[in-house]
Amino acid sequence: MQSPEIAQKESAMRARQLEKAKQLVIHMEAGDDEAANRLIEEMGRMHESLLFEELGKLTRDLHEALNAFRLDSRLSEITKNDIPDAKERLNYVVAMTEQSAHRTLNAVEESLPMAESIARQARELSEAWQRFRHRELSAEEFRLLAQEVGEFLERTGGEGESIRRNLSDVLMAQDFQDLTGQVIRRVIHLVQDVEENLVGLVRISGERLAVPEPKRKEPREDGDGKGSGPAVPNTSDGGDVISGQDGVDDLLSSLGF
Amino acid sequence: MKILIVDDFSTMRRIIKNLLRDLGYNNTAEADDGSTALPQLLSGSFDFLITDWNMPNMAGIDLLKAVRADAKLKDMPVLMVTAEAKRDQIVEAAQAGVNGYIIKPFTADTLREKIDKVFERINAGG
Repeated sequence: MQSPEIAQKESAMRARQLEKAKQLVIHMEAGDDEAANRLIEEMGRMHESLLFEELGKLTRDLHEALNAFRLDSRLSEITKNDIPDAKERLNYVVAMTEQSAHRTLNAVEESLPMAESIARQARELSEAWQRFRHRELSAEEFRLLAQEVGEFLERTGGEGESIRRNLSDVLMAQDFQDLTGQVIRRVIHLVQDVEENLVGLVRISGERLAVPEPKRKEPREDGDGKGSGPAVPNTSDGGDVISGQDGVDDLLSSLGF
Repeated sequence: MKILIVDDFSTMRRIIKNLLRDLGYNNTAEADDGSTALPQLLSGSFDFLITDWNMPNMAGIDLLKAVRADAKLKDMPVLMVTAEAKRDQIVEAAQAGVNGYIIKPFTADTLREKIDKVFERINAGG
């Protein structure tokens, strides 16, 4: 691809070359070798000078493009801060999801044996109860059954409560989806940012003349009121973050709440 | 007692809804953004608003401000349940007239305690 400027120069040069060539023919027909040689040399230099001019321009463009790239601090900021930041955020996601999975599994592992033993004992008692209904139990057996039913009811009450508590824990453990989801969305946002900046970089190296305005995206949390999701340790979230509900309660009560 | 739960994550809405049911509040509705919550609040007869902060279109803080600015809704108790924990944000919410502020992740006990406190204060204030 040639710019119109270069095409214009080349056609002007071709016209001059044609002029020189005509003169060259005249000199050679006249047998003036000296003048002919001088003309041939001149014609060579004409071509060289255009080449050097073009080369010089290319070098300048490259220089400018490199400078523009260096000035685009967003990309270097991304590599220096945002990428390590994103790694920490994703590590946080791994840790949170692992913690929630364990919390859920613990509750299930504790509840399953209780539910199983309640079901098993209920079946056994049910058999004895059937025999009682069919008047097949002796007085001694009935006393035993009554005692077992009493114990069973007491145990079921306690373990039922334990199972309820565990299920409630399983419910609360699902909060990881919200918290990690917010963090993952932030990382997706960063990936889009990287993509846009890389496209800009490709454009700089692809189009020598047009250097695009470097993309400068402000960090999302600054001032748009939308919030930034959970504070992740070891990231740029370090700032003025209140730790935990107690910290929030203290702050609010200091404000007269 | 009719309660509107606003959060862009459906999992969190379900968690809060289940916790409220545990606490004896069965009449709840949900919205996934401030922008969809506001029309619901304006047209429904809600008594209490529980909202997240960080949502895609209209943030919880803007919803809170809109509620306080509306003649019909301005006295509605609002509880914020959010992962936003910056000092400035909590102060902003307090100044906007929030009735309670819960940081995620939270426990069932915290939710109960804050809801009780909100109503205690409202009843005490007449």
